[in-house]
Formats: sequence, structure tokens, C-alpha cells
Amino acid sequence: MTAATGRRKSAAGGAETLAFRNVSKTFATNKGTTTCFEKLDLTCAAGEITTIVGASGCGKTTVLNLAAGLLRADSGVITFGGHEVEGAGPERAVVFQNYALFPWLTVAENVEFGLKIAKVPAPVRRDKVRQHLQLVGLEHAADRLPKQLSGGMRQRCALARALVTGPGAVLMDEPFGALDAITRLRLQQELLNILAVRPTTVLFITHDIEEAAFLSNRVLVMRPHPQQIVADIDVPYEFPRNDATRSSAEFLHVKEQLWTALEAAHV
Amino acid sequence: MKTPTTHAPAPVDDTLDAAALAAPTPQRSRPSAFARFGHPRTVRLSLLALSVAIALGAWEIAGLVSSNGVLPTVPQVIDWMQHASWSGIWDNVAASWRRVLVGFGCGVAIALVVGTVTGWYTKVRLLSDPWIQFFRNVPPLALIPLMIILFGLGELPKYVVIGFAAFLPTTVAVQQGVIDVDRNLISAARVLGANQRQIFARVVVPAAAPVILVGARLALGNCWGTLVAAELIASKSGLGYMTSQGQLYFSVPEIYVAILLIGTSGLIMDRVLFVVQQRLTSWQERQG
Repeated sequence: MTAATGRRKSAAGGAETLAFRNVSKTFATNKGTTTCFEKLDLTCAAGEITTIVGASGCGKTTVLNLAAGLLRADSGVITFGGHEVEGAGPERAVVFQNYALFPWLTVAENVEFGLKIAKVPAPVRRDKVRQHLQLVGLEHAADRLPKQLSGGMRQRCALARALVTGPGAVLMDEPFGALDAITRLRLQQELLNILAVRPTTVLFITHDIEEAAFLSNRVLVMRPHPQQIVADIDVPYEFPRNDATRSSAEFLHVKEQLWTALEAAHV
Repeated sequence: MKTPTTHAPAPVDDTLDAAALAAPTPQRSRPSAFARFGHPRTVRLSLLALSVAIALGAWEIAGLVSSNGVLPTVPQVIDWMQHASWSGIWDNVAASWRRVLVGFGCGVAIALVVGTVTGWYTKVRLLSDPWIQFFRNVPPLALIPLMIILFGLGELPKYVVIGFAAFLPTTVAVQQGVIDVDRNLISAARVLGANQRQIFARVVVPAAAPVILVGARLALGNCWGTLVAAELIASKSGLGYMTSQGQLYFSVPEIYVAILLIGTSGLIMDRVLFVVQQRLTSWQERQG
């Protein structure tokens, strides 16, 4: 595991804290403006996996887009590593629900994209791409086009593309939502394995309670109308987690807490 | 701070990825244009031969039954071709090709700029769209008299009219292609650090290429149609002029040969674009 240790060392300093302070966001609609949320506060601690769970339409994805810098807040401050977020950038990588792979590029070229933009020299690029394809288990598919991949493989490629630039945080927007149940469980485990060798701050969005309970250090439950965070649950059990975790009493207890909070939020 | 402790990634087992098994194409191979019809080469070639035979047969029968031999038979046309002055014919072919290539090239080049700008900037589109839509309904040929008054009888008015014929369909296609670029791909590029110029070159252009090429092929057909009509009206060279000469001297075989050359020329140019299109869009997910 020397290679893995080396990666960890190089990436360990990169994990940064993401924080929302008093953030409000409204959207313009035909009938005026709709408030998405008002005065939202949340913190994703450096190196931790923080999950936002909630029903569809509760503004989870908006939180992620604001954190990514793809949207601008109307008021309030979003900071990352102590600096105000001013726009999108590779230090806050995003994994999209629909993968958002460039369909005209091969798997390796997709992973390479961010490195090319950053003007990383070609030999370094090649090395990093190979390392990261190995990390997500796609080295055999390096030359395939996205259309030749299964959903699970596409999302692994997207994860490699997000990690390759060494981001301080990875923002994941229901990344496993479109996958079948078996692939989803396998990728949850793989994600934890990958984060074990490449620790970084993760903001994870999902509507799947089990997924939230399995992956997270901390789960925030969000409710719609008005959108706000109604529960903040610390997940007590340690890493590494595996299939045994899923049947432990603590796991079932966390799921129950999450379910109760979601039910109470669903007015 | 809780940090996951290090342990090895689980070995990846693809047996559960059903779709991966269903798509066992490890290379970036491009199926030939006809492969998706699923017929072996011999069947395709025989059908092509049959198709040509039926066409020649129909031509021959039309020649034999037409009153007073107005329509020539296949041997009569071949005979005409053997005695024709081919240097003059090739001059006509060259004149037509030059007009189409220059007009099409300029029209498409301008359309790429205009379509991109109007597709990318909504306000520019709202300003320009009424006029693009208006001129789409003006046949390019309607401009010929105006062009002749403006530019005289030389090559320039033909280039302008053919350029116009290429410009409109291509502009509409480029504009639509740029508008339809998947916003998620643009977001993905932004998050990976790309600036506006890089997003344009590395995302918008490749993503819009399929639609742009469809537009360019339509434009090319439009160009040939306009060219021949323009040469019928106001020209002393070209394949359209050749058909009008055939009419003038009552030489139907000459008209036939001109038509064959027009069709063949258009077909060759379209095939070239088709190959480019296949090359640039092989990444697309196709039905079936």
C-alpha cells in the first residue's frame, strides 16, 4: 500500500471546511420570485462526509450548486477553507447525478480534462490519470467512450475526474440515484474505500436514508416549504464500514432517527 | 475529526455491471455507414447493382417509347459522350464546383460565427432572429437580380447568392446546436476550472458538432439547387449553363449528361461531408 499511502500524504493537506452562514437564495419565476431558503447555516467539517438528506424539491441540489459556485447566493456568505466562494473551481469538485461525462472523450480523456485545463505537463497528466483510473477500478476501460460504459462505470469515471485535480472537497449530487440497487450498494462501499486512501471533505446529497446512514460522519435532514435543516445527526460508528455495518444495531438506530426526522419534516 | 482509516479498495468486479456486458466493445471502433442495416456486403452490392439496372432500364424504355425519339436512349447518350468536347464539359464542371466550394465555404464560415454568437448570447439572438427567420423565407434566387445590379455579371454575385443559400440553414443549425448544449456539461467544465473560452472550444464546439454538420449537409444541397438555377439565369459557364445550352441546341443527351454530372457532383460533396460527420459524431449514443 505504499502508493496509497503516498496519495494520502499528498492529498491530506487539501481537505478544507465548507461553511454556509446566513445564506438565502430565491429564484425568479413567471409569478415573481420563490424563496428557496432563508438564512441557511451549515458546516461540512474538513475531511468529513456530510450528507444532506431530504425529499425531492427541498433545495438540496441548490445547496450543492451554491457550494460549487455554480449559483450565487442572494445574501449570506459561503466560505471554503476560510475564503469566500467566488465561483466554480477545481478545488470544489462536483460529481453529478447524470454523470456529466463528455461523451466525445474517452474515459481517460474525461479524467484528464481538469489536468489539461490546469496546464499540468503531459507526463504528469498520464501518471495521474492512470493512478486515478486504478483507484476507481477503470484502468481496463481507459479507451472506451462513455456510451460503452454501464451506469456504475460512468459514475466511477466521474469520481476519478473529480478527484484527479486533488480537490479540497468533493460535492456529490445524488451520484448513485440513477443506478440499480445492487450497483448502488457496491459503489457506496467503493466510495468509502476510495475516500480512505484519498481523504477529502465530502458534501453528499441523497434522498436515500440507508445511503446517508452508511456513508456519513454527519447527516443533515432538510425539509421543504420552507426549506430548512430540521435535524443534525452525528453518525457514531467508526470507519472502515462494510456490510456488517449495515446490520448493526447502531446503523438501524441512525436510520430510525433519520426516518423520524424526515416524517416530522413532511407536513 | 473523524477520518476514515486507510484500507485497500475492494477489488472491482464487473460481473454485476450488466450494461458493461451488453456493450463488449473495448476499442473505439466506428462501424461502417451501412453496418447498422445488418446485411452482408454481397447483399448490399447486389442490391446496388439491381438499383442501377432498374434505373438504366427505365431510362432505356423512356427513350424507346417517347414520341419521335425526343428522349435519348442509353446508347445514344453514350454515343454523344464519345463525340463530345470534354475539355469544355470539364470547364463547366470546374466552374460549378468552384462556385459551390467558394460560396458554401464562405457561407458556412460566416454562419459558424453568427450562429455561435446568436446561440450563446440570448439578447443578440432576440435582435437578429426576426431577420434570420425572415430571410429563411426568401429563396436565395430572389436575390439574383439585386446582386447583378450591385455586383455586375461576374462571379461575385454567384458567390454571394450561393453563400446566402449556405448561410441560412447552417446559421439556424449552429444556433440550435449551441443552445442545446447540455448545461450539465458546461457546469462540469466550469467546476473543472475551464474559463469561457475553454468551455466554448472544448465543450460547446464538440457538443454542437453533430447538429452543425446536419445543417451543413442541408446547406450543401441548397447550394447546388441555387447554383444550377443561377447558372440557368445568368451565366456563360457551369453545369446549369450546360443544360440550358442543351435546350437551346435541342441536344437532349447533353442535358442528360449535365444532369448526371450535377447529381454526381452533389453526391460526391455530400459523401465527403457524411464521412466527416461520421468521424466527428461517432461518440453519440444512437438508437438500436
